[in-house]
Amino acid sequence: MFRRSGPTDCTILWEGRALPARAGEPLAAALLAAGVVAFRETPVSGAPRGPFCLMGACFDCLVEVEGVPNRQACLVPVTPGMRAGPQRGARGAP
Amino acid sequence: MAEAIVVGGGLVGAAIAYGLQREGLATALLDEGDVALRASRGNFGLVWVQSKGLGAPQYQRWTRASAEGWPALAEELAAATGLDCGLRQPGGLHLCLSDAEMQERADRMARMRAEAGNHGYEYRMLDRRELEQMLPGLGPEVVGASFTPYDGHANPLTLLHALHSAFTGLGGRYVPHAEVTGARAAPHDFRLETPVGVFRAGVVVLAAGLGNAKLAPLFGLSAPVRPQRGQILVTERAREVLSLPTTTIRQTAEGTLMIGDSHEEAGFDLSQKTSVMASIADRAVRCFPWIAGLNIVRAWSALRVMAPDGLPVYDASERFPGAFTANCHSGVTLAAAHARLLAPMIARGALDAALDAFSARRFAGGDVAMPATPRPLALRRASV
Repeated sequence: MFRRSGPTDCTILWEGRALPARAGEPLAAALLAAGVVAFRETPVSGAPRGPFCLMGACFDCLVEVEGVPNRQACLVPVTPGMRAGPQRGARGAP
Repeated sequence: MAEAIVVGGGLVGAAIAYGLQREGLATALLDEGDVALRASRGNFGLVWVQSKGLGAPQYQRWTRASAEGWPALAEELAAATGLDCGLRQPGGLHLCLSDAEMQERADRMARMRAEAGNHGYEYRMLDRRELEQMLPGLGPEVVGASFTPYDGHANPLTLLHALHSAFTGLGGRYVPHAEVTGARAAPHDFRLETPVGVFRAGVVVLAAGLGNAKLAPLFGLSAPVRPQRGQILVTERAREVLSLPTTTIRQTAEGTLMIGDSHEEAGFDLSQKTSVMASIADRAVRCFPWIAGLNIVRAWSALRVMAPDGLPVYDASERFPGAFTANCHSGVTLAAAHARLLAPMIARGALDAALDAFSARRFAGGDVAMPATPRPLALRRASV
């Protein structure tokens, strides 16, 4: 769906799968460039969702990053080797 | 022409207007509009009994009656509007963070039971071990809690929506942008001026929250209410953790945690203070350390409508029969009492003796000196 305009320089792990990325770019951009469109499943119906606004407003790009739930992928800069995965439903609390 | 006019479209006004329309009175609900202070859009959403009415058992009984009437109210609103107010009444807890707090709470609860007489007041003081069975992840400082079976919570915004929908569904007339700018009063004969027209009726109920302070004297009544600011923090949604609400922390049906509350004397200043937000968050984290890992997604402040003694004000005008006031800071808790108990009294033309204790005459100088003959009085908007 998307094509990169420049080279990648690292990899990230999405559900354990290595994806090419560029350090410092938004995690959401890296995932979209790698063909990932379903970032999360909604707490209400479980329907798949992906980034909508890409500017921190819509909360549709929620993912789990390094074990922390409900991170907005559009606001998290990529670091080499970053581990992330989809946010499935509501996060746990305690 | 309406038979009754309710001034104020918040939870108190909407509940009474709905109740009057339900009693068969053609009712007009005058709402100021979105410039209003709207305590009803900022409240915490508890249907709360356990701490209400120390030293004022009639308030305890009134609150209890409303909590008992809530399931029927929620049911009839759901049937009429399809809206689920999210009422849950599993009982409620007040957490204590020291032995001193625990002792103070136990004393308070014992006094309330004594004051309740044979009306009864069920409660239990829970030690930490019992509390751990009910709520997970307690902080090390939590010593115990008081529990009453009467408490619960609901979605206050859905309640407001449902009351409005049920009211108009029964044929009630909702009038927005209708700030009352002037009034003439005579017994059973009221004329209210607003920017969108003049309204007349034989019954008028002032339920304009803080606006009542200026409106009430026009009708031979007094409503010495002042603003008291409260601030609330709201977290992101999480899976259900808290199966019952506490005095200052509750998890909504949608999964967010609402965290309150502050009691600030700040006039009409609606601004939020980071120092207050920090102290609210601090106590929440001392109760449940895991809350620190949740993101705060919203925060707001709102102004409670407080009488000098913190009790509601309900009055019937002696000079101008047909005029009533209704003020409180518990529009959610008391919604059922307002719709199902107070409104029928107003429709009958007189408040029951059970409400005598809530007359503003209880305040020194509560009787407002009125001119010998009704005359038009101009009003100016309260500062917002």
